[in-house]
Amino acid sequence: MIATLALAAPTRLVHLSAVDMIIVGFYFVLVLAIGFYLKERANTGEDFFMAGREMTAWIAGLSFLSANLGALELMGWAAAAYQYGILATHWYWIGAIPAMLLLGIIMMPFYYISKTHSVPGYLKLRYGESSRGLAAVSFAFMTVLMSGINMFSMALIMKVVLGWDINFSILVSSITVAIYVTLGGLRSAIFNEVLQFILIWAGALLIPILGLVEAGGWDNLKTRITQNASVEYTHLWSTTGSFSGNPMGIHWTGIVFGLAFVISCGYWTTDFLVVQRVLAAKDLRAAKMAPIIGAAFKMFVPFIVILPGLLGIALLPFKLVPESAVQPGMHSYNEVLPLMLARYCAPGLLGLGITALIAGFMSGMAGNVSAFATVWTYDIYRAFFKKDGTDKHYVQMGRWCTIGGVVISIATAYGVMHFKSIMDYVQALFSFFIAPLLGTILLGMFWKRSTSAGGFWGLLAGTLSSVCMFVWVKLDPTALRYVALSPHARDMAENMYRALWSWIICVVVTVVVSYLTKPKLVSELNGLVYGVTEIPSEAQVPIYERPLFWAAIVGIVFVILNILFW
Amino acid sequence: MTMKPGGSISIWFFIGISLLVNGLLIAGAGIYQYLYPPALENQVHLFHLHAGIWWGGLLFVLGVIYCYHFNPFRSENKG
Repeated sequence: MIATLALAAPTRLVHLSAVDMIIVGFYFVLVLAIGFYLKERANTGEDFFMAGREMTAWIAGLSFLSANLGALELMGWAAAAYQYGILATHWYWIGAIPAMLLLGIIMMPFYYISKTHSVPGYLKLRYGESSRGLAAVSFAFMTVLMSGINMFSMALIMKVVLGWDINFSILVSSITVAIYVTLGGLRSAIFNEVLQFILIWAGALLIPILGLVEAGGWDNLKTRITQNASVEYTHLWSTTGSFSGNPMGIHWTGIVFGLAFVISCGYWTTDFLVVQRVLAAKDLRAAKMAPIIGAAFKMFVPFIVILPGLLGIALLPFKLVPESAVQPGMHSYNEVLPLMLARYCAPGLLGLGITALIAGFMSGMAGNVSAFATVWTYDIYRAFFKKDGTDKHYVQMGRWCTIGGVVISIATAYGVMHFKSIMDYVQALFSFFIAPLLGTILLGMFWKRSTSAGGFWGLLAGTLSSVCMFVWVKLDPTALRYVALSPHARDMAENMYRALWSWIICVVVTVVVSYLTKPKLVSELNGLVYGVTEIPSEAQVPIYERPLFWAAIVGIVFVILNILFW
Repeated sequence: MTMKPGGSISIWFFIGISLLVNGLLIAGAGIYQYLYPPALENQVHLFHLHAGIWWGGLLFVLGVIYCYHFNPFRSENKG
């Protein structure tokens, strides 16, 4: 494989030496070895789809975070930090931490006690088959699209950075993921995600450390950013009082209600890609601790993602430009992370940095594929096509589905090459499916009166309204003033507000339809709804072992960080 | 807290192997560059800090600790 890797295309940002190639090659060998080692432990449905529900809090927590730390995440948000400054950090702090704590402390007990194997599975228990079907189909659709987008982004990065052929990158990475997930199921995906998490940190952490040394510390870095861009690039909240006062064109209401409440809570608490990792925890306490551990690490991810973007503003001797404006000899925002990597990393370190990017891609893809296999097999195939299959049959279906998911992802990767802005597309998908699903799940968990019909029609109305708003603004850009409340709002702000509207529409329709239809008996809601579910007491557990105690610590650090960078 | 759900080899042992091998390769490459520095125009920024040596060394030490602590052949790590 290393010999094939060496057949690189003529244009590239960095050149890998022999030692770099060995490091990249060793990574592929190790992830495949883990897949083969775990093959014998993936024989039952519970093993293959739920990793035997025996993960410790640490493993589930790191995997929970790693599944989200894909190539788009690393490269995309470093680019966003170069483009928008420190405002991009909102997607890691207020756009993640409160939602992760909400999942751990409030919502996890219902997912875990109900013993569901998936988020659509919870909807089946709470609302019935129609809501489960709608959520499962939209999740499966979104997941393979996301996987394809992630795959294409990775191949593009490898082409720009290393000059590798796009087809070669797509095939090698996706076949590797297909092999280790097909062999070892969710357990293999989780184990590799933990390994990938460590490699991402080991490979990327040196950039901010050396960057801060070169810049002369944080204060000097801020001074340089102010000189090269503007002072607004260094403030997290103080510039968000108006749409036009900050580089992102976003108002604080969009950040708090659109991002923190709807998009973030929707993603971190209902997207089965991440929730599946926590459902694999060995007991309720581990399941509650896993998102809290994930949140603690998430707070520090900006150090390896946002800071390199800011260092690019301060230290690179040339300006980066949008992808659409790149001329020969110029670089786009998306190249800021590899440019910083090439700036500091000599042979060996460069190989580890490139491995970190590949690991990020593969963890994201494995997450998508394993979640897709579970939802397809349990929530679509078993629910609608073959209800009476044996456990062995469903495991076999899961393995084929993993391969099928990878093949569809590859097709999607080639499909998205025709789209102008991939990030637009990704954010739009979230607002279509995730935002309304949050409304359905929250009402299901915390309102006894919500009915099966209410849940289904609310979810459908929220999803359709989001798609309609997206199409409306595409056909008539002046509609932005209605959807995002300001003609000055930019793409990010539009996504926030569209998500907020679709959530509101979902909640309103669910409430209205629920009042018009017959509620379920309280006895049918045991284990599913707050107020009729007995949650195990933690009174006998020492305070330092209680999830609530650690959630409070994480919450306090989160508040301090926001004040520090206000 | 057990760290090895899923089999007799802990995930942390695999991570130890990864850190150990990568650390060895990176530190080795760093020492080579220290002994035979590339031409000035081919040097990375802050080359004089020789990040490869200390970063690779750190990864190697962490790898040794993880491999030792989670070694599946140690009596208390069996099963």
